Amino acid sequence: MTAPTAPGTSAGAPATAARAPQQVRRRGGLERGRRREAIGLVMPSLLPILVLSVAPLVMGIALAFTDARLVRHPDYQFVGIDNFVRLADNSFFWDSFRIGLIWAVSVTVLQLVLALGLAQLLNSGLRLQGLTRVLALIPWAMPPVVVAIMWKMIYSPNAGPLNAFLGAIGLPDDINWLADFSTALPAVIVVGVWVGMPQTTVTLLAGLQQIPGELHEAASMDGANAWRRFTAVTWPSLRPIVASITSLNFIWNFNSFSLVYVLTEGGPGGRTMLPMLFTYLEAFKNRNIGYAAAMGVVLVVVVVLLLAVYLRSQFRDDRAPKKG
Amino acid sequence: MRVLVRPAQYVALFGYILFLGFPLLWLISASVKSSAELNSLTVSLLPGQWQWENYAQALARQGLVHSAWNSVVVALASTALVILIAMPAAYVLARLKGAIRVAGVGWILVSQVFPVILIILPLFLILRTMNLTDSLVGLTLVHTTYTLPFALWMLQGYVAGIPTELEEAGSMDGASRLSVLRRIVFPLLAPGIVATAMFSFVSSWNEFFFALVLLQSPENYTLPITLTSFIGGEGKVALGPLAAGSFLAAIPSIVFFSIMQRKLTGGLMAGAVKG
Repeated sequence: MTAPTAPGTSAGAPATAARAPQQVRRRGGLERGRRREAIGLVMPSLLPILVLSVAPLVMGIALAFTDARLVRHPDYQFVGIDNFVRLADNSFFWDSFRIGLIWAVSVTVLQLVLALGLAQLLNSGLRLQGLTRVLALIPWAMPPVVVAIMWKMIYSPNAGPLNAFLGAIGLPDDINWLADFSTALPAVIVVGVWVGMPQTTVTLLAGLQQIPGELHEAASMDGANAWRRFTAVTWPSLRPIVASITSLNFIWNFNSFSLVYVLTEGGPGGRTMLPMLFTYLEAFKNRNIGYAAAMGVVLVVVVVLLLAVYLRSQFRDDRAPKKG
Repeated sequence: MRVLVRPAQYVALFGYILFLGFPLLWLISASVKSSAELNSLTVSLLPGQWQWENYAQALARQGLVHSAWNSVVVALASTALVILIAMPAAYVLARLKGAIRVAGVGWILVSQVFPVILIILPLFLILRTMNLTDSLVGLTLVHTTYTLPFALWMLQGYVAGIPTELEEAGSMDGASRLSVLRRIVFPLLAPGIVATAMFSFVSSWNEFFFALVLLQSPENYTLPITLTSFIGGEGKVALGPLAAGSFLAAIPSIVFFSIMQRKLTGGLMAGAVKG
């Protein structure tokens, strides 16, 4: 914030001048040179980002207001908010949207709960920690396509270990997990949790390790039991980390594509048709990219709004106890 | 009460180990089973007899080795590009604390929220005008751009760990800024560069969505695309070779994460969260 070499914004200039006496070594011309150097150093990173991601983002939003189609010689016109009006009536899109929310919320919540449990265990001096830590990273390390292939084998109706296990303990063993209307979504949610749990665990573990041991000791001295120590010491200290990791998880999960694409391709009967899959099919199978871009815009706006509400409530909760 | 806590903890830990580790174990077991055993109704984790034929078959399979080669080329090229352009920028990001830093860090955070679907549509059009859609060059560019933000984030963390006194000492001795960078900063940055390079390699190696959208001809397929093409289509697939190929495809990432295990569980993520 107080760097003397900040680029010459109108706000930055007076601040620099005010600090000049302390910064005898860095004066006018020299500083301008350094600034130019900094811009030169950043440029190689900035250029591809501008061309390949900022420009596309802006163009993508613009596309949403056109009737563009994915054909060899595209000829498209501005159609105003037509795409959005059509979208409002597209019940398939809203079905997929609802599925996407169920998916993202369940995966995020289950990830948090399971990861919190695992992080606590990893932080309580048990044996086998090394093994568990390595295992906890495996799901994170695997390519999504391989994860999907692996779980397809687990869920396989005939030769899969899951049905074999269920059969062995006397439960129905003929469930076609990924093809049955009622089990497909829960089944892919489990895989989503499996994939995302490690990262959440590692993050929460880092948070747990920062809580000073004295806090727990003090609480025990006051006669607090385990649950009380968790609610009074652990949870409040973790709150900021929980807020940031759940927000990120929610975004990642809502935007997730590869895993479910390979597991079910959105089937059976659209029961696992996440919004990203739906939009992808609209763009690259039906070739309506203008329409698909409009879907993308709606998805982004909704996600940003949901996050804003969530983060605001987190922020407010944080401030309340301080005032009281 | 107290006495029961530890055993309960171990039971829970065992549950986690099973949940996290079993799928990979199953994949490995399937990769060394014969096809007769894979299709039989008696299911067991330990293969009746170990056989490596599936690996031979997977490697002999048309396209698998070729697409693995494509993946290696794209991953190496995008890693080299990422490191080359991220190094100077990460240095600036870490050392200057003005508007550039705010914008840079802001961008890294925003890019996490990025809806890839909204970007891939115009990107596809842009790359098509350059004839780069069905090409490994185009894919390399896209992978570079999408790995860059996180690579910048990792690297700038490592730069921040190098004391500025060292640089100041260098410039007092009359070295120019660039030679300070080359002779003092970059050598000290070596571990960070290795970690970031491994991260970039693995991201590109694992990446599926962009490859799916961009690549059309089988001779350009990367490994994940070829693997999915083995599942679909003719229905009954040769599970054994598929398992073997999948396991081979996962090896680079598993190696990377085992090496990075300590780093990942320790400082890196904590730093990323605290911002």
